[in-house]
Amino acid sequence: MAKILLEHVTKRFGELIAVNDVTLEVHDGEFVALLGPSGCGKTTTLRLIAGLEVPNAGRIQIGEREVTHLPPRERDVAMVFQDYALYPHMTLLDNIGYPLKVRGVGRREMVGRVTEVAQKLQIGDLLQRRPAQVSGGQQQRASVARALVHQAQVFLFDEPLSNLDAKLRLEARAFLKHLQREVGVTAVYVTHDQAEAMALADRIVVMNYGKIMQIGDPLQVYSRPANTFVASFMGNPPMNLLPCRVDLAAGKIIFDDDYMLDIAAHRERWSAAISNGPQFTLGIRPEHISISPTQLPGTIPSQVYAVQPLGGEWLVVTQVGRELVSVRLFQDEAPPLAETVWLRFDLARTFLYGSDGELLQ
Amino acid sequence: MQFGPLYVSDTEGYDVEKRPGIFSGKIGVAFLAPALVFVAIFLILPFFWIFYLSFTNRTLTGITAAHPEFVGLANYERLFDTDRWMRLGEFGNALWITARFVLGSAILGQAVVGLTIAWFFYRRKGFLRELVFTTAVLAWIIPEVVVAFAWSAFLDVDRGTLNTILAALGLGKPDWLFDHPLLSIIIFNTWRGSAFSILLFSSALETIPPSYVETADVVGASGWRKFRDIFFPLMRGHILTDLILITLWTFNVFTPFLLTGGGPRFKTELVSIYTYRTAFKFFEFGKGSAIAVVMMLINLTLAMGYLIMLRRQKVAS
Repeated sequence: MAKILLEHVTKRFGELIAVNDVTLEVHDGEFVALLGPSGCGKTTTLRLIAGLEVPNAGRIQIGEREVTHLPPRERDVAMVFQDYALYPHMTLLDNIGYPLKVRGVGRREMVGRVTEVAQKLQIGDLLQRRPAQVSGGQQQRASVARALVHQAQVFLFDEPLSNLDAKLRLEARAFLKHLQREVGVTAVYVTHDQAEAMALADRIVVMNYGKIMQIGDPLQVYSRPANTFVASFMGNPPMNLLPCRVDLAAGKIIFDDDYMLDIAAHRERWSAAISNGPQFTLGIRPEHISISPTQLPGTIPSQVYAVQPLGGEWLVVTQVGRELVSVRLFQDEAPPLAETVWLRFDLARTFLYGSDGELLQ
Repeated sequence: MQFGPLYVSDTEGYDVEKRPGIFSGKIGVAFLAPALVFVAIFLILPFFWIFYLSFTNRTLTGITAAHPEFVGLANYERLFDTDRWMRLGEFGNALWITARFVLGSAILGQAVVGLTIAWFFYRRKGFLRELVFTTAVLAWIIPEVVVAFAWSAFLDVDRGTLNTILAALGLGKPDWLFDHPLLSIIIFNTWRGSAFSILLFSSALETIPPSYVETADVVGASGWRKFRDIFFPLMRGHILTDLILITLWTFNVFTPFLLTGGGPRFKTELVSIYTYRTAFKFFEFGKGSAIAVVMMLINLTLAMGYLIMLRRQKVAS
């Protein structure tokens, strides 16, 4: 077990800057998820930690040791790949035991340790089979077992669940979380699935264009996105982001010239960070908007665009001027389906982003 | 108004496997006929003709040209006459030279060189790779007469490129084709045919997912260990295919004749050259045919062995 430290790490592939000046500390025993869209640099960051790539600049430390230029085998890490990378010509026993075999552990001891790990992961009966003879979920467990068996200091996961179907993925997610708690090993987990990152990680690192956009625990990242990118990436459906103007003197936020929200009560909160005029973006999560069939004070009119039942909740997409606004309603009965409905924003839970996309306040 | 189905979906009880093939009807036979006739005239007929000739004493000229006699196994007995068959210019000698030639230029040469080069350039790109691959392929596809002429010029004692270089380095001027004839044609044939092994092994390596190698890297497997535990088992089928094909090709190759003519003193007389000498220099068609039949049997044995191993390999995986 060890902490991982990345300091100003940069990796270029020709013209492309895959990882751009990333600084990150993963604490001892912590489970950190690297989250972002394809090409954001999350997998490259993981491969830099593993030693499968060498950075162009910056330094990497595992435990108290600098490993920036060490080959993978000297870093004492274990890695689980997206395709599991089980060798098709070996039985599960030989696959899981391969790290031990390479380290010169005797056959008898190898079998013992593999059996122990495999039983813990409920694949103890399958050790004589080859990878092609077991299911996808079992292959996934076997690849985790191979990572577990040699008791590395650091676990690296490269989208290990994305080849599983939806139901198995949920099972495997719970299993991985349980396992990490039990083993208590430092883990870095790459995923593009924000729900997976939220569910598994102690902290989430959101990346885009090779840079870290936000680091925080899951609830922090979800409830207080540091910029419009994180806001639009976290949550399903993601946060509504509405271009707006602000008129502090009048105490109003104005969308599309016609739609106004009274922010007089929140003037204090916002006046410190912003001034009148320029373009801002108002962010509000779909669950923080309520719908009224009739006009009430402090509501704005909108056109119903689509109503989607999600079982126990409803997703109502409405149109305010040119913008679509998603509203999430936690109720059993169908929401009003009239052409026009009135929206009330929970202003205490809105966020204002500047023209550079960064959170104000 | 109602139309019939525009197409029948494969999933609606219509099994693609059972659909009659285009070549199963009478029209199909008509389409195949020209090819079948061609194969019959140029491949099957000569086979039986050679087989028949090997039991006669037919020659090009003289009385046995017009009236060949049936001689039974006499031709074969002459080939395998244990008293003299290892003498220079005899069948056993040719077989022995061929065995060394195949071992040297196909198995130790082309296969090992091919595997080494493919391995060296695994997951590498760039000018050097292109240069090596292009050169190898060129050596493979240039017509043999051109290639043989180029090598004659290269190996010439007095004015050859190789000896010019060696002399400049003060290493003397060996007469390659005279003093080291078998070695020369082994190196020549390795150079000539390595492209196939390089290409086959390269594409075999490409099919191995990078994560297999990276897993081994992370675990700490050495280069040799990775080759033994991962690459070799996954490439076994390709290696088997490569070995049998280059063995067959090398066994039957005739190009060295253009360099050495089988000499000096029969030192490079491969079985193919021996057959040629017997049938088309001494015009002993009967004996020549017998050698051809024996060669055919050897080829057949090699191919059968290969098929059996390949099938075993498939069952195992």
